Amino acid sequence: MVASALAPTADTLWDVLGSVLDPEVPVLSVVDLGIVRDIRVDASGTEVTITPTYSGCPAIQVIERDIEQALVRAGAYLPRVRTVFAPAWTSDWIGPAAREKLRAYGIAPPGPRVDAADPLVQILTRATAPDVACPFCGAPRTELRSAFGPTACKSIRFCSSCHQPFEAFKPI
Amino acid sequence: MGYGSIPDEPEFGAGSDAPAQVRPVSLEQSVQVATITSGVATNAHVEYLLRLADDRLILGHRLSEWCGHAPILEEDIALANIALDLIGQASLLLEHAGALEGAGRSNDALAFLRDETAFRNVQLVELPNGDFAVTIARLFLYSALQVPLLEALERSSDATLAGIAAKARKESTYHLRHGADWMLKLGDGTAESHERMQRAFNALWPYAQELLWGDAVDDAMAAESIATDVRTLADAWRSNVDRVVAAATLTMPTDSWRPSGGRTGRHTEHLGHLLAVMQVLPRSHPGAAW
Repeated sequence: MVASALAPTADTLWDVLGSVLDPEVPVLSVVDLGIVRDIRVDASGTEVTITPTYSGCPAIQVIERDIEQALVRAGAYLPRVRTVFAPAWTSDWIGPAAREKLRAYGIAPPGPRVDAADPLVQILTRATAPDVACPFCGAPRTELRSAFGPTACKSIRFCSSCHQPFEAFKPI
Repeated sequence: MGYGSIPDEPEFGAGSDAPAQVRPVSLEQSVQVATITSGVATNAHVEYLLRLADDRLILGHRLSEWCGHAPILEEDIALANIALDLIGQASLLLEHAGALEGAGRSNDALAFLRDETAFRNVQLVELPNGDFAVTIARLFLYSALQVPLLEALERSSDATLAGIAAKARKESTYHLRHGADWMLKLGDGTAESHERMQRAFNALWPYAQELLWGDAVDDAMAAESIATDVRTLADAWRSNVDRVVAAATLTMPTDSWRPSGGRTGRHTEHLGHLLAVMQVLPRSHPGAAW
């Protein structure tokens, strides 16, 4: 079998998957989002390891299929996709360039993850959540309307400067 | 009353008026029930995973019933999102349980083809949604235990369970905050919202005690370092509950009856109706895919 010698390398496949877009946030690729954790090419085939953003992410099957199809189109040798849950996905895996793409698309990028020892401290002290800037007008302070948005990974906010509702990627 | 409507009042008995028809189940009876009804409970590990999974599946289904009915659009979206998280967690846990069981049952088979008495959820999660206050009180009481429980399960000797727990804990933290936020808004809101929040909390408080119910399955899981015995998390749960109840200007109900039995397959009359709705499609069209 000569396929392994001619088949694309892991580096090439990172580039290939860099153009597979997330179905819910079609401005980011599955690589931008940090969903693709590993690509291994060896004599046994090509294995791509992915992790979902949320347990109930309804897009994960579509993402798996899109990745498989991209691997097949790229001529990957015996491609397979493996889904893992640990380590758990975090919004910290969205890099600076991807955050800028999100903002330009009208979605506020995730702020720093607040992993407080006490999950209730923010509620009980009635503290305001960290500020999120408006992706449209850049106003630094906006209002949280709902911690749950059109997809599990986004919240709904409102900018009182430009009077626009917008979605913000949740820090998790 | 049709299945689609949300009753204004909880349909179940509240506090001391509630019928005490659910008797505590002895361990001997539990083992018997488990053997007879599930046909699969050969192993404590599988049994434990089914308990974790079924709580999530049934609560997720109840929350999904709010879709299109919530008081405001944002809340409609929030409850549907939380339902999705819980059903997603249930799906992963059932898949793991099915693999360990080794009888070839998929997560879908476990969700849609088991009968009522094979379900291992606490009765709390199968009760009707009631009004919005009941839904919120239940979400809060449940999530207030899940965050410390999942944190402990992240150290499980079962690596798959530990991975699922790490992911689920992040989601449950959002659920807990959401429930607590509404407890405060409604409890410390108008006279009517306070009264209805208190009534809802009182009605659910006896059922919430079953969350801390444990038996030989929990002993076995603790012995194998697969899970922390849920009974040791009582203080962590009460700390979350007490602080929010106080901040919401609500009063802790006095402890009264403690229904139990869900963990061994004894359920209220509500679960069968819920399953009829949840399971009808895959049972009417076996093998259907879309």
